Amino acid sequence: MSQQLIREVTQEQLNKNLPELQIGDSVKVSVKIVEGGKERVQAYEGVVIRMRGAGISKTMTVRKVFKGVGVERIFPVNSPMLESIKVLRTGKVRRAKLYYLRGLTEKATRLKERTLKGGIDRKTAKKK
Amino acid sequence: MSIGILGKKVGMTQVYDSKGVLHPVTVIQAGPCTVTQVKNNDSDGYSAIQIGYNEVKPHRLSKPELGHLTKNNLKAVTHLKEFRLEESELKKIGDILDVTVFNEGDAVDVTGKSIGKGFVGTVARYNFARGPMSHGSKNHRAPGSIGAGTGLSRVLKGKKMAGRVGAKRVTVKNLSVIKVDKERNLILVRGSIPGAEGGLLVIQPAVRVGK
Repeated sequence: MSQQLIREVTQEQLNKNLPELQIGDSVKVSVKIVEGGKERVQAYEGVVIRMRGAGISKTMTVRKVFKGVGVERIFPVNSPMLESIKVLRTGKVRRAKLYYLRGLTEKATRLKERTLKGGIDRKTAKKK
Repeated sequence: MSIGILGKKVGMTQVYDSKGVLHPVTVIQAGPCTVTQVKNNDSDGYSAIQIGYNEVKPHRLSKPELGHLTKNNLKAVTHLKEFRLEESELKKIGDILDVTVFNEGDAVDVTGKSIGKGFVGTVARYNFARGPMSHGSKNHRAPGSIGAGTGLSRVLKGKKMAGRVGAKRVTVKNLSVIKVDKERNLILVRGSIPGAEGGLLVIQPAVRVGK
């Protein structure tokens, strides 16, 4: 009863354009930034190494290596400040949390792409 | 002097405001409350209204409780609460107060009964230091000395000792109302409030709107 009410309250704020995200996905996140009254969009690209929470509180951690320095940003996936989240590639991973990527060199962090049986990738397979 | 309403804590979640800022909020299901009694200077020497909350089947109440309500053709409610008002602000018996007494952006004080923690030692209750856990020490979580010896021969009043914690009436002041949902009788208040989910709450306009 009470959890139901909480879900109802937050329902309308959920991100309707949220793609189906998986750990290991390479994503491009477009973030709205308000600067001196002006709004612009900044893109951030990386690998989803962690997702936590559910409903409105769900967040994902996106890691990338920028100029040799590891960068991790945590995005609340339902935030209205995110203009879009695009899945570029789906990595083949065997863990729910990819913390091990932190200890690896840039070259070693490239994940193999996941394909379904018969070589159809996840998106096209879903359409059928 | 202002009117508040009664409600129940539903639980906590997060919501975004129009600027895209994420706020931690507590969801409160409040009202609708009915005015069950009106007191004025002539009848009682002061002016106030009494409101009732949480409608139940009539047989859940005792006869005196029920009689108080049925004499004015009111429905059976479990909780009654009085609010002092100026005589000009008084309502009529049977009037309904719902969440719309508050608006988004208002400051409110929320009163509830905190979660009981039971009998708690001094380490957890007053942040006393702990003794060494090893090297032969037998003084692990003991309170230490509680006062002077033969000279004083008593323990000073108010000495911090182990005892019951929680299950007390607690008011959290100056919380801002993030959202009011009239359809579901919900108020979303920024921050946490005392008590367990389902606990009775009194929501009132803030006594002192602060800083």
